[in-house]
Amino acid sequence: MKTYKQINERIESGKAVVLTADEIIDYVDKKGLAAAAKEVDVVTTATFGPMCSSGCFLNFGHSKPKIRMSEALIQDVLVYTGIAAVDVYLGATQLRHGDPANMYYPGEFRYGGGHVIEDLIAGKSLQLFALSYGTDCYPLREIRTYFTLHDLNQAIMVNPRNCYQNYNVAINNSDRTIYTYMGRLEPNRKNANYCSAGQLSPLLNDPYYETIGVGTCVWLAGAHGHVYSEGTQHAGQCKRTPGGVPTGGAGTLALTADMKQMKKEFVRGVSFPGYGVSLALGVGIPIPILNEEILKRTCVRDRDIVAPVIDYSSDYPQNTGKTVCQVNYEQLRSGEIEIDGKKVQVGSLSSYYKALEIANLLADEIRRGDFQLVKPIAALSKDEAMKPLVKRKQT
Amino acid sequence: MSETVTKKLMLYFPKCECEKPIIYHLVKDHNLVVNVFRAKVTPEEEGFLVLDVTGTEEQIQSGIDFVKTFNVTVNFTGKGVARDEAKCTHCGYCVPYCPTGALNITDGQTRQVAYDESKCIECLACVRVCPFGACTSAF
Repeated sequence: MKTYKQINERIESGKAVVLTADEIIDYVDKKGLAAAAKEVDVVTTATFGPMCSSGCFLNFGHSKPKIRMSEALIQDVLVYTGIAAVDVYLGATQLRHGDPANMYYPGEFRYGGGHVIEDLIAGKSLQLFALSYGTDCYPLREIRTYFTLHDLNQAIMVNPRNCYQNYNVAINNSDRTIYTYMGRLEPNRKNANYCSAGQLSPLLNDPYYETIGVGTCVWLAGAHGHVYSEGTQHAGQCKRTPGGVPTGGAGTLALTADMKQMKKEFVRGVSFPGYGVSLALGVGIPIPILNEEILKRTCVRDRDIVAPVIDYSSDYPQNTGKTVCQVNYEQLRSGEIEIDGKKVQVGSLSSYYKALEIANLLADEIRRGDFQLVKPIAALSKDEAMKPLVKRKQT
Repeated sequence: MSETVTKKLMLYFPKCECEKPIIYHLVKDHNLVVNVFRAKVTPEEEGFLVLDVTGTEEQIQSGIDFVKTFNVTVNFTGKGVARDEAKCTHCGYCVPYCPTGALNITDGQTRQVAYDESKCIECLACVRVCPFGACTSAF
């Protein structure tokens, strides 16, 4: 048994033993659980992939004369202005004004909110255009100017839903190509796409949310941020394997961090033809090895984690809840799975390569004493299920 | 008899050179086996051609010297499809769409996506599917 305090003292003195969720598997195999639990202080987990429920609050400061922005665009991408005068929220999936979307199907969706966020972190100069109805205190009616991340008072990433605990594998049972947020799916189950870092993914290494909770310090695209709430659609009440690993989506995290500390390699705009735009993000989360049980759960392997295969031509859009079958991540990572005796080629939307890089970067920061762990101030719920939207008549 | 080799070339034809049967002469006069992957003539009458040529080093060199007399630019390195390593996140999404295995994951441990340019047939599947715009076409 170790405490957060003891682990932090070891981190501070530069003596902490830190391994990635990838390395810990062999380490525990070799040393045994009891000995490894005594030696290892922290296991780092990570993921890198598209996370649509992401965005940021920006504060521009005041112009002379002042404006209360009522409509605003950054690089022609609409931002939300229904908050204070020069605060805006920029969302990852917002399309650029004038984008024909799927009018000429499949649309290209070359640039949107996620790309603006990438450009902002990359230090590019961006155009702000804002309108106002004008008030006695904020008389300016229109402004067009250029700014960089450095010019902003605050640029705070606030993501309502990141780090899905587990995720669907998408296939297409129909006879035409479909374009989804899980990529291009060829007809008659020609290919399948998945999106998870599997054995490296944060919540798959802490399936019962014993160490990851509200207040947990995270590495968000290079910045030190934290979990500010459970994520939207968090549903801790779910089917689990005997090892406790959810067999579907389940838990999610709401994350925040200062964008001025972020690294551009881990904040990338994405375009999905026929679907839209989003933002791919890198997240790293340390798991303190407080006891053997926690360590045991970080040793989860790709073959122990199963994901549901779902038909995105019918069952997903019609919300039938049906699953074609289940496959594990070892099978997915082999590049080929078998469904009803037919071989299906597999691609990934989540980058294991980047996740591994993040897990190692975070491990190095902890070893250097630059990243401390905190005990969550509240646990994530394990008994909430996901509710559907019901169409009701007015009463 | 020297050994035969295969080289992948990208030829750029400036305006006015498109109407000449250059490929015909490469086959007939320089004894080269050609395999054209992709060709395009723009509305400005510029031409782009990506092809494999197979022959001895001497035959290939004499063929290249010949096409150069037409003011054609021969590019040995930058092919019609380019992959920007800095933009690639190694997610592996492109891999199943690549019909020849030019884009592939060789190291199962790191899952880094490798690009074997010699296997690329310039079908442009990667250009269409890459969510990060890492693969682009020169024409």
